[in-house]
Amino acid sequence: MTRKRRRLVFVLSGLTALGLAALLILSALEENLVFFYSPSDLQTKTIGAEERIRIGGLVEEGSLTRSSDGLEVNFRVTDLRTSLAVRYRGLLPDLFREGQGIVAEGHLQADGVFLASEVLAKHDETYMPPEVARALKKSGHWQEDPPEESEAE
Amino acid sequence: MRMKFLVPLLLFAGLVAVFLAGLGRDPSIVPSPLLGKPAPEFALPPLEAGMAGFKKEDLLGGATLVNFFASWCVPCKAEHPLLMQIKKEGRVRVAGIAYRDKPEAALKWLKQDGNPYDRIGNDPLGRTAIDWGVYGVPESYLVDREGRIRWKHVGVLMPDNWQKDFLPRIESLEK
Amino acid sequence: MIPELGHYALVLALFAAGVQAILGLLGAIRKDAYWILASGPAASTQFLFVAIAFLALTHAFVTSDFSVYTVAKYSHSAKPLLYKITGVWGNHEGSMLLWAFILAIYGQLLVSLGKKLPHKLRASVLGVQGCLSTGFLAFILFTSNPFLRLDPAPMNGQGLNPLLQDPGLAFHPPFLYLGYVGFSVAFAFAIAGLIEGDIGAAWARRLRPWVLAAWSFLTLGIGLGSWWAYYELGWGGFWFWDPVENASLLPWLAGTALLHSIGVVEKREALKSWTVLLAILAFSLSLIGTFLVRSGVLVSVHSFATDPARGVFILGLLAVAIGGALALYAARAQTLKAAPAFNPVSREGGLLLNNVLLVTASASVFLGTLYPLLLESVSEDKVSVGPPFFNATALPLLLPLVFAMAIGPFLPWKKADLFPVFQRLWLAGLASLAVAAGAFAFHTGKSPLALLGIGLAAWLLAGNGVLLAERLKLFRTPLGASLGRLRTLPGSFFGMLVAHSGIAVLVAGITGATLWQSEEIRALNPGDSVALAGYDIRFAGATRVAGPNYLADRGDFRVHRGDRLFATLTPERRYYPVEKRWTTEAAIHTTWMADLYAVLGEQAEAGGPWAVRLYHNPLAPWIWIGTLLIALGGGLSLTDRRVRGKGPKGPTDQKPQIGKA
Repeated sequence: MTRKRRRLVFVLSGLTALGLAALLILSALEENLVFFYSPSDLQTKTIGAEERIRIGGLVEEGSLTRSSDGLEVNFRVTDLRTSLAVRYRGLLPDLFREGQGIVAEGHLQADGVFLASEVLAKHDETYMPPEVARALKKSGHWQEDPPEESEAE
Repeated sequence: MRMKFLVPLLLFAGLVAVFLAGLGRDPSIVPSPLLGKPAPEFALPPLEAGMAGFKKEDLLGGATLVNFFASWCVPCKAEHPLLMQIKKEGRVRVAGIAYRDKPEAALKWLKQDGNPYDRIGNDPLGRTAIDWGVYGVPESYLVDREGRIRWKHVGVLMPDNWQKDFLPRIESLEK
Repeated sequence: MIPELGHYALVLALFAAGVQAILGLLGAIRKDAYWILASGPAASTQFLFVAIAFLALTHAFVTSDFSVYTVAKYSHSAKPLLYKITGVWGNHEGSMLLWAFILAIYGQLLVSLGKKLPHKLRASVLGVQGCLSTGFLAFILFTSNPFLRLDPAPMNGQGLNPLLQDPGLAFHPPFLYLGYVGFSVAFAFAIAGLIEGDIGAAWARRLRPWVLAAWSFLTLGIGLGSWWAYYELGWGGFWFWDPVENASLLPWLAGTALLHSIGVVEKREALKSWTVLLAILAFSLSLIGTFLVRSGVLVSVHSFATDPARGVFILGLLAVAIGGALALYAARAQTLKAAPAFNPVSREGGLLLNNVLLVTASASVFLGTLYPLLLESVSEDKVSVGPPFFNATALPLLLPLVFAMAIGPFLPWKKADLFPVFQRLWLAGLASLAVAAGAFAFHTGKSPLALLGIGLAAWLLAGNGVLLAERLKLFRTPLGASLGRLRTLPGSFFGMLVAHSGIAVLVAGITGATLWQSEEIRALNPGDSVALAGYDIRFAGATRVAGPNYLADRGDFRVHRGDRLFATLTPERRYYPVEKRWTTEAAIHTTWMADLYAVLGEQAEAGGPWAVRLYHNPLAPWIWIGTLLIALGGGLSLTDRRVRGKGPKGPTDQKPQIGKA
């Protein structure tokens, strides 16, 4: 094989490899997108139980109940128009409180309860995850927690 | 050969376009759905006995600047001088709603730095704020003499915003 | 008074930066000797003024001057002094000032340490930096002024966030910025080279120490951030593919490629356009990373600002700086002399592969980080791209790279035969298989990917050993002679050896801590026991303790192995009354081989069981050790006199210069 030929093969195989890599990356992206929905969104859209999604809103006041061993919690998440039941097994993040904005990732089960595998909270001065703020704004209400509160937790 | 060197630049230009679009969707410029609608019902107690509280009926009869504030809110201190100025000029009535604040702390601050408010409502749990669609403090609303919300400003009220957004609307309300 | 002084100093710095830009760039283009020489003092003047401004802000924080808005918002009189100081950069305005300060420091370093650089080159570099400084100082003065006053001043500040009062988090920004901003030197060199059309071995040789320094600092900065996340966030994880984390990883990936590419230009005058593009890319990614964190365009664990005005300004800065550089590249790249041909299988080929893999990995991380934004600007959907995507794309690209890293140093330039190299590495192959087999025996059935990871780590480490042995002619000459050779080996060789070994250790650590991790989430009453990874952990109960500014519930966990007390873990759940905030402080027991990690949650009700998380993270400490080794390797390379430009002059140095190097 002449040097020029060899170079051509080299370049072509390189390009093919790159093309393949691009295809793999894009398909991985497609598969791993996690969509965010507010409780109101879930009323109008049908989501399969296998689809991994995120939901967000405010933790409805008075809705938090714990199992006797304290590790399983049930609460409702609301965007002040509709609310959604959430179940989570594990330790809740420090910043989790009723009336607080949170984002949870997991699956919407057939019985309409959202089984969360992760409950997320931000670790900085402002507590409201922007997706939640946007969802709340869309429903006409929103609220942000102050850095300090009058009541102790 | 030359074309391949242009690729990075073109890719970057595309990226800039996307970023611009992303910035354009900025969250804090979302218009309030309450614009043009009547203010929600509320009746808030005063910060201490002897002071006047703040209820919806107090909005009737003249234009009001409703300002949500708190003593723990540092940006509120930044807009405070402008509020004192607005009170002095007397074009509109100025009413305050203390958001999730301790009454003693709020009073202490107002005594120290001056009180720009004709009336103050105490909203310790923030429920009235939710009804108004308050995202955080400070936020200011222009309400007309019939109790309709005419403008909402999120964040520190700057002289710029006062001149461009509030004054023209106040003028048209006075006609 | 002092804040005003600081503010004034910033304005003066802006002017000095402008002068530096003009004198440097135009001076080099016009070949004006006086302008070129004056660019140095201009840079020093800028440095002086920015330093004054930074010191003024620090003074305001240290003296708790709450009449300054930034201090009122982000500090508090009860903060320990250390955190008052680190609080200077723990907020948007202060951190931007730190950025500008470090940029000015690099400028001054170019003046002080770069005396051997050709004057025209140095002037161009300072000129480009002057442009960058002008942009940043203008950004600070117009949108992020740290010296804004508050009148009347509040009695005390707001900033007592306990999460920020932490050594890891406090020192992470300076190291990170020393890295990010350090790449501006490479960026400036690239632009200077493109303007003059002079990119060659000498250019590369002069640039290399600056890239090494920046890259080493960035490695440390990323490591610190990751270490903080590990011990503070309480999930036993150290990397979350969070947009801000990715923002720091991207320049690191590009910087690593740049570092290696520079060597090829230096030794073979090849891969020039790659290297120039990488230099532009590394700094561009640093800038984009800054933009991502500051403009509210993306969200993650720690974004500072959601102010659109700032976002537009930074976007403008980006467009001008990066767009300008890329436009220059598009126009001038073909003036770069074509590379002498090399066989695809050769050291050049290997380093080209290195570039391609690293850049492709960067591209995929970049895509994953920005895709949510992309989608949002064309549809109403809000998405997030989680760790599975990044793991699925970055790993298949980076793992082969780890494999190739052992082979690369064995390849000669221009043309190589792979088979002999593999023969020389038989020992490494054996070691790799042995370690993988051992791991399999120890952790049966847990994860095949882990075997790959640990096998690769062993392969690389053993390969390094073989490389060293060959260089020392170990076992082929008497031991004394071998040791003698040790002393003659250049610093850059050791640097490479240590850094590559660091990568091996890092890969092993990551493999162990993610794939072999054991986790138990339980609700425990005092006296309850949990079995974890062969340990017996007994919960002795929780007591109330008081700290300097917090109240805490402290859990007492006794860890036994067999009947021997192995460790006591005392995690805390703290309440800070001033901030009215809860935090969890994990308890970590570290040994050379693993971490035992305990987190105390809440009680479901008073007197009830405590929620507890326990982790066993094998090889987790190797993550930090590996990172330190990588940075150390970079530092070792800097000790090589040849790298610092003190070597003999090569043929490309004979161009006539204004003034003498």
